[in-house]
Amino acid sequence: MSSFWHEFVSLDLPPILTALFSSLSCALIGNYLVLRRQSLMGDAISHAVLPGIVLAFLISGTRSSFAVFIGASIAGICSALLIEVIRKIGQVETGASMGVVFSIFFALGVLLMEQAAANNIDLDADCLLHGQLETIFWLPPQNVFEILRLSTLSQLPNEVFVSVAVFVFISIFIILFYKELKLFSFDEALAKTLGFNPSVLYYVFISLTAFSVVAAFKAVGSILVIAMIICPATTARLFTDKLKTQILLSMFFTIIATIAGYVCGAFMPIWLGFENSINTAGMISVISGLLLLMSVFLAPRYGILAQKISRHRLQLQVIREDILGLIYRVEETKKGITKDEIVKTLRKFSSDYFIKNAYSSLLKNGLISERNDTVILTEAGNIGAVPLLRKHRLWETYLVNRVGLNPDHVHNTAEALEHYTDQELTEKLQERVKNPETDPHGKKIP
Amino acid sequence: MIHPPIPAKQSDSSLSKYPEHSATNPLSVHAMTVAYHQKPVLWDIDYDAPLGSLIAIVGPNGAGKTTFMKACLEIIPVASGTIEFWGAPYAKGRARIGYVPQRESVDWDFPISALEVVTMGRYGKLGWFRRVKKEDRDLAFKFLDDVGLADFASRQINQLSGGQQQRVFLARALAQEAELYFMDEPFAGVDAATERAIIEILQKLKNHGKTVICVHHDLTTVPEYFDNVMLLNTRVIAAGSVKEVFTQENLKKTYGGKLTLLDEVSEAIAKAKGS
Repeated sequence: MSSFWHEFVSLDLPPILTALFSSLSCALIGNYLVLRRQSLMGDAISHAVLPGIVLAFLISGTRSSFAVFIGASIAGICSALLIEVIRKIGQVETGASMGVVFSIFFALGVLLMEQAAANNIDLDADCLLHGQLETIFWLPPQNVFEILRLSTLSQLPNEVFVSVAVFVFISIFIILFYKELKLFSFDEALAKTLGFNPSVLYYVFISLTAFSVVAAFKAVGSILVIAMIICPATTARLFTDKLKTQILLSMFFTIIATIAGYVCGAFMPIWLGFENSINTAGMISVISGLLLLMSVFLAPRYGILAQKISRHRLQLQVIREDILGLIYRVEETKKGITKDEIVKTLRKFSSDYFIKNAYSSLLKNGLISERNDTVILTEAGNIGAVPLLRKHRLWETYLVNRVGLNPDHVHNTAEALEHYTDQELTEKLQERVKNPETDPHGKKIP
Repeated sequence: MIHPPIPAKQSDSSLSKYPEHSATNPLSVHAMTVAYHQKPVLWDIDYDAPLGSLIAIVGPNGAGKTTFMKACLEIIPVASGTIEFWGAPYAKGRARIGYVPQRESVDWDFPISALEVVTMGRYGKLGWFRRVKKEDRDLAFKFLDDVGLADFASRQINQLSGGQQQRVFLARALAQEAELYFMDEPFAGVDAATERAIIEILQKLKNHGKTVICVHHDLTTVPEYFDNVMLLNTRVIAAGSVKEVFTQENLKKTYGGKLTLLDEVSEAIAKAKGS
């Protein structure tokens, strides 16, 4: 094995795996927290675990991740229970009770840590808050075949095992209780009346939140856990309206953010000629935030850009139809109209930019043509205009006969409605107004 | 699908000693009091819902109509009192009870389709662990079709109008195939056509021997839509057939703004206990 690969396997692979699986756990849980509008629960728990970690450390005397994991989980679950208790007894909103609990727990953790420092025990607060991915490493043998042996793999750092185990555990839980979790996230009262005890599920879920937060500790640090809980789920929501797809997509985004984040943090600075790599956990969170930001703009349906485009298209379509209708009406009276007159007439509905764009698109598609100065409808244009005029005049008839408006009040309303009237609505409409020959102004309905 | 009411065993009912509560009634409430921050929201409610009728609960805002439903369904705790369904506690009757909450009670942004929401009505019959099967989805689709929304089955629920959302909730309750339904303002914010569609469905339920209890706001339609009415304002002002109790006098008592001595004493209790 080349020395590059050996270095990669021993120094980079363990942190990547740890970061990946702990971020995946957070993302899975995050889907439900975000949907339940409880995303800050992850943040609250991640702060509240601090005293658990310090106590576990003080009692066991080791930095073994197993002891730390147990201590942190116990503290996390206690804080979640306390949040519920305070919310119920104090009858305050969840946010307030979260704030109270996590700040007290965190303060307690800081006090304990100072106590530990006074006893000459080294516990670095920075590591707990920002993650210490870089300290996770593995010393595998040089030989590839040796590496794949079970006995060698079992020497992988504990953090890798903990994060994989938590991920597997959470995945199984979500698969087994998919139906129940969906029900309980969407409508807790219904869950109750259907005989599912929501508090059982709630406490299991909160425990899992604690596990995933604690497992993510080493990888992304307590402050950055919140990014992995919120970003992938929120990003995925922008791409789909289905819960299952959302969950799968959030995992996909997590994988991208983790790998890209690690590469950017660990390798990029060195490739760019800097001396030191930067905090990979921070980079992972930054990338997941960037993915979210990009999706806010670029997502196919809910993205800002897509909504702008579809509004733009709709407006163009409306103006195109207005131009066809206008020419049709003018031709009905055996007169002609010029391009400038069209622009002038339609100016009250839209901007010149849209009108000119719509005009050239009609010209290009052969729906209208220019003869000298006059604009006329082609045969195709005529076929396009007839249903529009029909809808318009049916609406005018409806507004006068059924709604009781004056004939001189109905043109603009009908003008707006005609663009959104499909075939089915047209049929209903002509049934209601009994298929008349002419509209209220005495014009023929084509 | 008429299920004859199953008479409860004597031992199930703690209300059997009161002759006014019959075990054939789908709902019997005895001396129910619900308090919020020490102040009673519902006070000493006695009520019996007659089998196979459409019942309206009417009363001013803050009268405790929604609270009454939620307390019956054990969604919120009662301070005291007994509630029985067919002469047995809620846990025994639960599978036969359907609930349509207010539309605002859920997050309509949730990534879920109309059909999936209706399918949730089947979850109670499925219980823990068991997955949704094709039969459940087919049945849910049938109920969605019954409320006229077959074409909208795969729509995300936020892309439905208010009236359509209300009908999705109704279809979900129908999917529970219950015998007693609690509906919290099923007509809120729906257009006239939807209102007619909903009332037709309620009539159909009644013709199948089911009992439907609705929180209702439009007093003018009470006589047309409902057989029975409960006039509620913290206490039951009157309850019975629409013909007998839906009178000017009772309505005045229910909606009249003047504080009674009981209101005053309840304020005093709240103040004393709260401080």
